[in-house]
Amino acid sequence: MSMFAEATVSRPLKEVLAIVRHFPFRVAACLIIIGLFALAALAPKVLQTHDPLAIDLRSSLQSPSFDHWFGTDQLGRDLYSRVVEGAGQSLAIGLGATALSMSIAIVFGVAAALSGGVCDSVLSRIVDVLFAIPTLLLALVVVSVFGPSVLTEVIAVGIGTAPGYARMIRGQMLAVKETGYVEAAKVLGHPFSRIVRRHILPNAMNPLTAMMTIGVGQAIIWASGLAFLGLGVAPPAAEWGALLNAGRNYVIYAWWLEIIPGLAVTAFALSLTIIGRHLQDRLEGKK
Amino acid sequence: MSQGRPQPVPQPPDLLTVDSLRVSFGRGIHEKAVVRNISFSLQPGRCLAIVGESGSGKSVTARALIGLAGRYANVHARQLSLGGTDLMGLSDRAWRRIRGNEIGFVLQDALVSLDPLRRVGKEIGECLLLHGAVSSREELAQRVIALLKLVGVPDPEIKAEQLPHQLSGGQRQRALIASALALDPRILIADEPTTALDVTAQAHVLSLLEETKARGKALILISHDLAVVSRAADEVIVMRGGDVVERGNAVQIFKDPRHPYTQQLLDAVPSGRPRGSRLSPSTILRSPARHTQPAAQSPPKSRPILLEATSLVKRFKGPDGTLQAAVDGVSFELRSGETLGIVGESGSGKSTMARMVLALEDPDEGAVQFAGRPWTALAERERRGRRRSLSIIYQDPLGSFDPRWTVGRIITDSLSSDVETRRKRQERVLELLDLVGLSEALLDRRPLELSGGQRQRVAIARAIAPNPAVIVCDEPVSALDVSIQAQVLDLLGYLKDHVGVSYLFISHDLSVVRHISDRVIVMRRGRIVDSGATEEIFRNPQSEYTKSLIAAMPRLVRDHQIRHPATILEEGIA
Repeated sequence: MSMFAEATVSRPLKEVLAIVRHFPFRVAACLIIIGLFALAALAPKVLQTHDPLAIDLRSSLQSPSFDHWFGTDQLGRDLYSRVVEGAGQSLAIGLGATALSMSIAIVFGVAAALSGGVCDSVLSRIVDVLFAIPTLLLALVVVSVFGPSVLTEVIAVGIGTAPGYARMIRGQMLAVKETGYVEAAKVLGHPFSRIVRRHILPNAMNPLTAMMTIGVGQAIIWASGLAFLGLGVAPPAAEWGALLNAGRNYVIYAWWLEIIPGLAVTAFALSLTIIGRHLQDRLEGKK
Repeated sequence: MSQGRPQPVPQPPDLLTVDSLRVSFGRGIHEKAVVRNISFSLQPGRCLAIVGESGSGKSVTARALIGLAGRYANVHARQLSLGGTDLMGLSDRAWRRIRGNEIGFVLQDALVSLDPLRRVGKEIGECLLLHGAVSSREELAQRVIALLKLVGVPDPEIKAEQLPHQLSGGQRQRALIASALALDPRILIADEPTTALDVTAQAHVLSLLEETKARGKALILISHDLAVVSRAADEVIVMRGGDVVERGNAVQIFKDPRHPYTQQLLDAVPSGRPRGSRLSPSTILRSPARHTQPAAQSPPKSRPILLEATSLVKRFKGPDGTLQAAVDGVSFELRSGETLGIVGESGSGKSTMARMVLALEDPDEGAVQFAGRPWTALAERERRGRRRSLSIIYQDPLGSFDPRWTVGRIITDSLSSDVETRRKRQERVLELLDLVGLSEALLDRRPLELSGGQRQRVAIARAIAPNPAVIVCDEPVSALDVSIQAQVLDLLGYLKDHVGVSYLFISHDLSVVRHISDRVIVMRRGRIVDSGATEEIFRNPQSEYTKSLIAAMPRLVRDHQIRHPATILEEGIA
C-alpha cells in the first residue's frame, strides 16, 4: 500500500528525479551547453575575455587564436565576446518569438478544432490566408510599422510563424478527438470540458514540444533574415542574426564570422531539440 | 549453385529441405536468436503448418525461406535447399529468380500488401511480365483472368479492372494468392492468410489453399490458430519463443500432443471445448475450478430486463450520397446476469449498434431503454450521471488508453465517484488489479510498456471499476493470441459470476460467441437474421445465413481422417 501511496502522491516529483538520475550522456552534454548559453545571456561579463564593443582596427579580421578564441571581425572586435554578448538578445528573440507564435497558434488552433462547423471554417480560412503570405513579408510589415528593436522582432517573427503551428495544432486536436481514449472517457461520463483538459489538449500538444525546440532555432534564423534586410536590431548590437549579416561581406576572407555565429544558433537549437525529445520520450513512457 | 549432393533416397523427393535453420539479429554480445534449430522437409502435395503465437519466430522462419529475413538478420543452416539447389548465400538477383518462380508467398494483410493505386489485374500481371512469362498483351490479360478465376474471384473480368479497396477482404486475399500462384511456383508459403478475414471468407480461402495442395503444390501454412491449420496440415511444427516445441504429423499432434504447450494451444480453441468451460491453464484466477459449470442455471425469464432496444435504425451517407441503413430495425433485450452474443461479419452493423447502446451515437429511429428508463432519448447532460452503469471493452485496448497515463491513473479515473477518500480509491484499484490477475508492480507502467494480454486485462479492470450493470464487449479478443484469448475469455466468465455483470458480447468469431453467450443474435446487413438460446442457434439454425456461418467456422479436426464437412459440423457442436 505504501508503494502505491508514494507512487501516486509524489509522482511528478519522483518522475523528475528519475529523469535527472538517468540522463544519457548526450542529454547531459546538451544541458551543459544550454547552461552556458543561459549564463552568457544573464551575465555575459563572466564569460567575456574582451570588451565586445572595443574597436581595434590593427587586429581586424584575425583568424581564431589564443588571444581571440573565435577571431575578430572587420573592426577588430573580439568575436567570442560578441557571441557571448549577443546570446541575451538572440535567446530572447528565439524563445520569445516561439512562445508568442505558439500562444497565437494555440488560441486559433484549439478554438477551430473544438468549435467545429462554421466557426471552424472561418478560423481555418483566416489561418490559411495568413499562411499564404510569406513569413518574411508578414514580419517585414510588422517591423516597418513598429521600427526595429528586439521586441518588434519577437512580435514580427512570432506572428509570421504562427499560422503553420495553428494548422498543426488544429490537425492534432482533431486527430486526438477521434481516439479511443477520448471515447472511453466519454463512456465514463466525464464532461467534455474535462476530457479536453485532461486528454485532448495534452496529447495534441505532445508532438509540438519537438516542433517548438526546432522553432526556437528557426526564429533566430528568421531574425537574422530581417537583420540582412536591415530591419534587425540596430548595428552595434551583437545579436547572432546581426553577426551573421555583418559577416556576410567578409565571408571569403574570414569564414569564422559566418561559421561561428551559425554554430552558436545550431548548438543552441540542437541542444534544445535533444532535450525536448528526451523529455517527450520519458513522459510518454517510451523508455 | 548446385551442391551436387548424393542423389535421392527412394522416398518422394524433397522439394524443400531445411536443416537446423537459425536466424538471429545483431552481432556479438547483442546477438539475439529469434529462430533456433528448426528442421523440416517438404514434399509436393503436402502441407506443413507452422503454428505459434506472436514472437514465436514463425514469420521470420517463413521470410528466411524466401531470402527476405532482412538486412540485419543472420541466417544460418546446415542445409537449406530447394530441389537440390542450395539456397544459402544466394545473391539478391538469384533470390529474385526463386521468389515467385519457385516459391510463392502470401502475406497476411491483403489490403496493405496490394498497391492501393494499381488495378488488381495489373498487380497480378506484374510478376508475369517481370519474369517474362508472357509474350503479348492479350496473353497477359487472359492469364490474369484465368488466375482470378482459378482462385474463385467472382466476375474476374470486372475485378481485374478494379482497385484493391473496391474488393472485399476475402477477394483481396484471393487476388493476393492469385499473384503468388501466377508463375506456377512449386511451393506456396502463406503467412496468416486468413487472420484478417470474416469466417465465410476465411473458409473460402482455406478451401482454396487446400485445392492448391491437391493440385500438387507444396504448402507452408503459418498461423497462430490451430483450428485454421487443422484441416489442411499434414505435418505440424509448433513453435514458441524461437524454439520448436513439438513437431510431428498432424494426426498425432491434434489427437495426442506430447508437449504441454501444444496441449495448451489445443485447449485454448473454444470450438474444441464444451461451452463455458475453462480454456486456459492459468493459475491467475483465484478459484480455478470455479467456472467449470457451463451456464447450468440458464437465466430464467423472471430476471429483470436491463437493456431494451426497440427497432433501432441508424443511417449513414453512403459513397454515392444516398442514406444507407447500417442498422435497420433491430430490437433485443438483455436481462440482468446474462450474456448476449451478437455475431456478424464486417459491415453487419454490430459495432454501430454497440455505439447506440452506449449512447455514443443517437439512433435515427427507435430507442434504447436502460433499467426500465429512457436512455438514448435523454440529453447528454442527463445521461452523464448514469453513464458509468454501462462500460465498454474495445478490440484495441492500446488505442483506448491515454498513452501518457499510467495503469494506476487509468483505473483510478474510472472508479465511481462515490469512492471518496484517496485511501479507499487506492484499495479499490489494487483489488481490481488483483481481480483481473495483474500484479501491483504494473501500477506505474504506461500502456505501451504492457503486453497485449496485460493491456486487455487493464481494459477489463477499467470496465468493471465503476461497478457497471452492463459491459459492452466489442470484439474484445479478436486481436489477441489464442492462449491470451483463452485467458481473457476465462476472466470474463469469472467476473460475470463474481461481480454480477451482464455482457453484450460482440464478435465475428462464432466459436468465441458460442463459448461465452447465453443467448445469441446473428446480424446481417443491419438486420437480425436469427436469435435465440445459444445451443438452440448452433444446433438448429433457422436462417440460411446462420447455417453458412456455422459451416464456415474453423474447427479443430482432431481425427484427421474425417474431412467431410457435415461430420465436422456434428463434432464441433457435440
